[in-house]
Parts: sequence; structure tokens; C-alpha cells
Amino acid sequence: MPINYYIFLSLALFAIGMIGVLTRRNAIIIFMCVELMLNAVNLLLVAFSKMHYLSAGSPFSTAGTDGQLFVFFIMVVAAAEVSVGLAIIVMMYRNIHSVDVNFLNRLKH
Amino acid sequence: MSVTQILFWFLSILALFGAIMVVVSRNPVHSVLWLIMTFFAISGHYIVLNAQFLAVVNIIVYAGAIMVLFLFVIMLMNLNKTAAPKRNRWLKLAGGIAGGCLMLVLVAALRDSELKGQFAQVNTGDIGLIKSLGKELFTTYVIPFELSSILFLSAMVGAVVLGKKD
Amino acid sequence: MKNVLQLAYLIPLFPLLGFLINGLGRNKLSKGVIGTIGSGAILASFIVSLILFFQVKGGNTEVVNYFNFISVGNLSIPFAFQIDQLSSIFLLIITGVGFLIHVYSTSYMHDEKPEHFARYFAYLNLFVFSMLLLVMGANFVIMFIGWEGVGLCSYLLIGFWFKKPEYNKAASKAFIMNRIGDLAFLIALFWLIGKVGSVSFTEVFSAEGLAKLSTTDITVITLLLFVGATGKSAQIPLYTWLPDAMAGPTPVSALIHAATMVTAGIYMIARSNVLYSLAPDVLNIIAWVGLATALLAASIALKQNDIKKVLAYSTVSQLGFMFLALGTGAYGAAVFHVMTHAFFKALMFLGSGSVIHAMGGEQDIRKMGGLSKKMPVTFWTFVIGCVAIAGIPPLSGFFSKDAILLSAYAKSPVMYGIALFAALLTAFYMFRLLFITFTGKFRGTHEQEHHLHESPKAMTLPLIVLAILSVIGGFVGVPAVLGGSDELIHFLSPVIAIAEGHHISHTTEYILMGLSTVLVLGMVLGAWVIYKNYKEKENTGFAKVLENKWYVDELYDTIIVKPLKVLADFLNNIFDKKVVDGLVNGVGRLVNYGGRQFRWIQSGQVGSYVLLMVVSILLIFVVQFFLRK
Repeated sequence: MPINYYIFLSLALFAIGMIGVLTRRNAIIIFMCVELMLNAVNLLLVAFSKMHYLSAGSPFSTAGTDGQLFVFFIMVVAAAEVSVGLAIIVMMYRNIHSVDVNFLNRLKH
Repeated sequence: MSVTQILFWFLSILALFGAIMVVVSRNPVHSVLWLIMTFFAISGHYIVLNAQFLAVVNIIVYAGAIMVLFLFVIMLMNLNKTAAPKRNRWLKLAGGIAGGCLMLVLVAALRDSELKGQFAQVNTGDIGLIKSLGKELFTTYVIPFELSSILFLSAMVGAVVLGKKD
Repeated sequence: MKNVLQLAYLIPLFPLLGFLINGLGRNKLSKGVIGTIGSGAILASFIVSLILFFQVKGGNTEVVNYFNFISVGNLSIPFAFQIDQLSSIFLLIITGVGFLIHVYSTSYMHDEKPEHFARYFAYLNLFVFSMLLLVMGANFVIMFIGWEGVGLCSYLLIGFWFKKPEYNKAASKAFIMNRIGDLAFLIALFWLIGKVGSVSFTEVFSAEGLAKLSTTDITVITLLLFVGATGKSAQIPLYTWLPDAMAGPTPVSALIHAATMVTAGIYMIARSNVLYSLAPDVLNIIAWVGLATALLAASIALKQNDIKKVLAYSTVSQLGFMFLALGTGAYGAAVFHVMTHAFFKALMFLGSGSVIHAMGGEQDIRKMGGLSKKMPVTFWTFVIGCVAIAGIPPLSGFFSKDAILLSAYAKSPVMYGIALFAALLTAFYMFRLLFITFTGKFRGTHEQEHHLHESPKAMTLPLIVLAILSVIGGFVGVPAVLGGSDELIHFLSPVIAIAEGHHISHTTEYILMGLSTVLVLGMVLGAWVIYKNYKEKENTGFAKVLENKWYVDELYDTIIVKPLKVLADFLNNIFDKKVVDGLVNGVGRLVNYGGRQFRWIQSGQVGSYVLLMVVSILLIFVVQFFLRK
């Protein structure tokens, strides 16, 4: 499969995630869009890993393994991040009874 | 058109459609469900690329654990039918345009890159198998691997501290 | 230890420690401890100086390097001390006279509160430290550090009784006048660094160092250094601060404004004698400035009524003599006079301090008189000081002044004539002071008369020691005609080349000496006749001009201070308010306006921040994209 296809697919997913972050105001949806962007990057990493494996030639090469391990570690970090992030959202909901980020304009003051 | 190609196009359309639905759904629960579908499509891509380990982990961690967590939180908050007042339309429009432009610019930038003509190996290749990844993970990457356990521990403590009713 | 001279760092270290202990512990220590620490530090320095002096006398001289002080580019300035004949003599003068004055101060300042007493000794120790640094430094930068340090201490000590506004003004005046000179010194230093690339004495004065300097360079540098010296050593036109500096405690006047600090300029020029010998024009200027100062100050001293003011103008006049010696190339004679002057002028200042102490703070000699019976020790030591400064053989002043007069005669008889006249004035005003103060009838209040007493031992002992030194101090430089061997000049010869061209026959020398001695004795007699029964009367005509110091202060006030004040007023009221304030306020207003216009960006909402971020990323991409093309 030409690598360009994967690049464009990932870019499309990333951009959709970005549009979601920019247009939605529900903190949870924004958070999910961030996850979507992370996944777009993951997909690209795996595609590149396979591309490197192919261009390295030898069937016994380990080229590209690190790309996939990178994806693995991103998932690890994402899992940790989600647990903390959701905890923050829960706390925020408890305090202001909403998950609308527009109410979170304390940065102004 | 080979089966692989058909699968690729099918999964790509599924993923993009799911992603768009995540953004446009009014109901957060629907968003979550569409996102799960997107993740499944991406896992399908991993399988096409013969990265079986990641495909499985993706389903377990993302589609399984994380999205269930999201779902729980949404249900806990009883947000499923909130109809919030409309956001500033101009800002929404600006966001959409900015995101679209970002994609266009990136596409324009990467279209003529030196990667043009390279191929990603599909269907075959065994680096994505548990055996080779595991070997690498427990030799070269053993320290980051162990460190990630500490990260989890601290994330857990953080989540508990934050979620505690003071 | 390889070389005893390595111990040189101890000399400034002791006063520094004394300064730190007294300065930091001023609220806790008792007066006895403070005085002991203050004097003991200087005594320790004196002992080390003595050891070094005998080493130097044995021919052991060295530049002692301690560490690299400044290292920038090609310029490297070491923290080094130069221990040689010239600096060791100054070390002995500073620590020796300094110690006596410290001992004297323990008694003189005894009425101060403990914390002020400690402050006084801390300043005094800091002064000695700076002065030692000035004298020992092996390059112009270390010398400059000491130079600034003594200026600071002088300021602090003149303004020691800071509750009186006029004392503070006197302190500021001294500081500012010094600063004018310091600036010239600094410029000379930069000039040296720029041309020679080094400030070490050994390198600058070496043949290679001098080869890098053109005649113009040497003239400019020496002239600038001399301007620096006029500030510190109170020469025309920057001398007016010294008489005002008498606002400080009397021992301070003795130490700083007579014996040591004001001789820094002479030391500097004597140290740089290699440079100066290459600039005959500058030497001429120095000689004439010194001569003019000597004459002017002596004439002013004739009619002053404040006991310390008389001594202050006398100091300025004597410094003028020293500069005359430098200008005529007799560097050794200048150093000789620095030494003898340190003895007898410190003696007289301390004597005047003793008188002021006895009179309960009264400084006006018109209100004194007949003190000789009440204070015999002070009186007799003061007589010795007067005889020494007047230049009556065989006391110290005769030999050093004679050496200066001779070198002036060798240069030009006109100079000799003027210098002799100034010397005669010196004898006259000193004996006028002596007679008015110590003979005749007491003219003060009844209460003061009852209070009159001889000063305590701690004050009279230094007087006696200094008196002995004033008597014998001259014998280190007895000229060849009188059977001596100019020992001091020969001792200094490794640093200061012996001046050539003394083509004066012995007969002429005898005649000149005899002439000056006879005339001086005549002056003393004249002063005795006029002032033995002094009665106060109004000064008129020329005497009034002298009493008002030739109106020099008023002249400076009119031609420098007042125009500057007008300019400052203009700058303050018009330039500052309209232009500077306008600019500053304008910037403020612009920022304020801009802030109001852009505050919508800081909406505080996460969404808008993310949007801005994305737009910025886009911009970066686009710019990058176009730059690539």
C-alpha cells in the first residue's frame, strides 16, 4: 500500500480531531477528540514502521520495531492521562456542575 | 483490486465517518460509541499492516478500558441529553476553517515529500508480532517499560486524590 | 616559606580584620576592646612592615603575585603586591604614624558612644587597609582600588559627626573634588591598557612597555595622572576640599588629611617617575602648580583663625612643596618631605587636637592664649613641630625642605625665590599660630580656663614619640655638603633614579642654606614681636582677602556651581518634565492603549487559546513553506 495513503488518512483523522477540539465545548468530547488525534498519530507510526521494515530489505531485520514500541508507549501514557484527565473533569463537574469549557474562563483573572 | 485494497478503503471510510460523527453528534454517548467504532477501524488497519500486537492492545486499552471509562463518566454526570446553548457561531466557523486549513497545508506540504513512492508492507512481515516486539521490549526498552509502571502508579494516585470528595 | 616577602598580604589583612570585627561587633564590644583591636591591628601591620623593611634593606625586593584578579581577552591583571624601597618606606609611615594616631584616638574619642566609637575605629582601620593597598599594589588597578577606598574612608570620616549638616556638606565636597581627579586617573588607566595592554608597574615601566607609548601618549597619561593627583593631594585647582575636611575628628585630620592619604598623589607620581621623566613639559606644569599652591595656601594660612584651618592650609602648602620637588625631578626629595611632613604635621594636628580637647571643642585661636603653662607637654611638642616645619636646622623639616629648595634652584632661581618666600611664610604663620595659642593671656571664658588641663597619657605619648621622630627624622637624608650621605635617596635609588645635573657648587649650597635659615629665624622673631601679646582686631584690606581665602570658594561657586545649577534647573523643570516625562508617559499610554485593544485575545476560554495555537501553527507552516521555495 503506498505510504501516501496512510499519511493522508492520518492527516484527515488528525484534522477532524482538531476541528472537534476547536468547535465543541463539552470537555469530554474535547478530550475524546484529543484521543482521536493521538490515534491518528499512532496509525501513522505503525505505517512508517512497516515502511522502514520493507525498505530495510532483510526478512530478519528488526527495523521498524521501535516505531511500534513507540505506539505502545503512547498508549500507556494515554491510559494514564485519561485516568487523570477524567478525574479532573469529574472534579470540575462537581465544582461548577457543568463540563462546559466556556465556564472555565478563570485564566482571564 | 485485491482484498487488501478493498479492506483498506473500507476501513478508511469507516474510520473517517466515525471520526466525523464523533464531532458532530449532539449526544455525548453517541460520540463515545462512534469513537469506539473509529478505534475498531484503526485496529483493523493495524491487522492489515500485520501489527497484530498493537491491534489487540488498541482494542483492549482504547476501545475497551478507556472508552468504557468515558462512558461511565458521562453516565455518572447524567450528561446524555444536555442541550447546551449554542456556541458563538463565528468562533465555531473559525475553528472549522482553521482545522480544514491545517489539513490542507499539511497535505500540500507532504504531497511532494521524499516519501513519495515508498510503500508500507501489508499482510506480511513479522515485526508486528508479539514475539519480536516482546524481545525488543524486554531488552532494549526494559527501563522505559518499568518506568511506565511508576507512571501508572502515580496516575492512579493522582486520579484517587483528584476524585476524592475533599 | 620561600620568601618572607610572601607575608606581605598580612599587612593589609590585619586592618581589614580589625575593620570587620569592629564594624560588625559595634553594638556588642566595649570601648576598651574596640580600641585594643583597632590599634592592635595597625601595630601588627607595623611589625610586619618592619620585617619587610629590613628584608628590602637587605636587597630583597619582589613583586608578590597572589591570584589573577581580572582576566579579559589579552588583558590580565594579577592581584599582586610590589614590595620595594619606595613602598616599604610608605608602609612604615602609614602603619607607624597610623598606630600612634590610633592610640591617640582611643583617648580623644573616648566621649563617643560605644557604637560610634567602634564605627570610628572601623573606618580608621578600613582607611589604613585601603591606603596600604594603594601603596603596595603592583599595578595601577590595585592602586586605584586603594585610591578609591581612601577617598571613601575620607568621606566617611569627614562626615563622622553626621548629625551636623555642614559636616556632611564638607564630606560631599571632599568626595566630589576627589572624584574629578579620580576620573582623570581612570581615563589614564584606560589609556594605558589600550596602548600598552598592561597595567603592571614592572611591565609599563620596562623598555618594551615604554616603547609602545608615543610622546603624546606619555604626555597625556602623565597629565591625566597628575590631575588625579591634584584631586587626592589637594593642589590647585582642586585643593578647596582639604580645609573643609577639617570637619572630621582631629586624629582623622592628622592621619588622612596630613600624613597619609593626601600624599597618595605624590606616591603615585614618584612611583611613575619613569614615565614622568619622559614628559618634561608635564614636569614643568607640576612644578609650577606645586609652587603656586604652596604660595597661595601659605598666604591664606597667614590670616586664618581656626587652629585646624591653619594646619590644613599649611598641609596644602607643604604638599605644594612636594609637587615642586616632583616637578623639578627630585622624586627622592619629595618622598623625603612626605616622611618628615608626616611626622611633624601629624604631631601638630595631634597637638591641636590636644588643645581642642582641653578647650572643650573650641577651635578659634582668638579665644585661646597662654596655654603653655597649663599644657607643657603639648606646648613643647608643638614647638618642636613648628621648628621642624619652619625648616630650622637640625630638625627634620630643614633637610627635606632644603633638598626641595636646592632642586628648585637647580631648575631656575626664580622658582627658588618663590619657594623660599613660601617657606618663609610657612615659618611666619606657624609661629603666629604658636604664639597666639600658647603665649600671652587666656582669652576664653572663665569656665574654659577652669577646665584647662594637660591631656591624658594616651594622647601625650604619641605626641612625644612624634616629636622625637620630628627631631631625628631628618638625619636619614643629610646632604653631602653637611657631611651626610643622602641615605634615603640612595636607598630609593633602585626605584627612583638619582637626578643628574646638580651643578651647584658647595659654596652656593652653603649660602642658600645659610640664607634660608637666617631669614626663617628673622620670620620667627617677627612673629614673636607681632603676636606675643595678641589682641583681636578687625582685618582690613588685603588681610581680609587672605582671611576669606582669596575668595576662591566664592569664585568656584560663581563660575562652576551656579551655572550648573541653572542648567540643572532647566533640565529639571523643562527638559525632564516635558521631554523625559512625556516619553515615559507616552510609552506607558501606548502600552495601556495597546493592552485595551488586544485584551479580547485573552478571553480566558480554552477554545480561543487552542484556536490561536492552531492559527499560529498554520502560519509557521506557511512561512516555512514559502521560505523553502
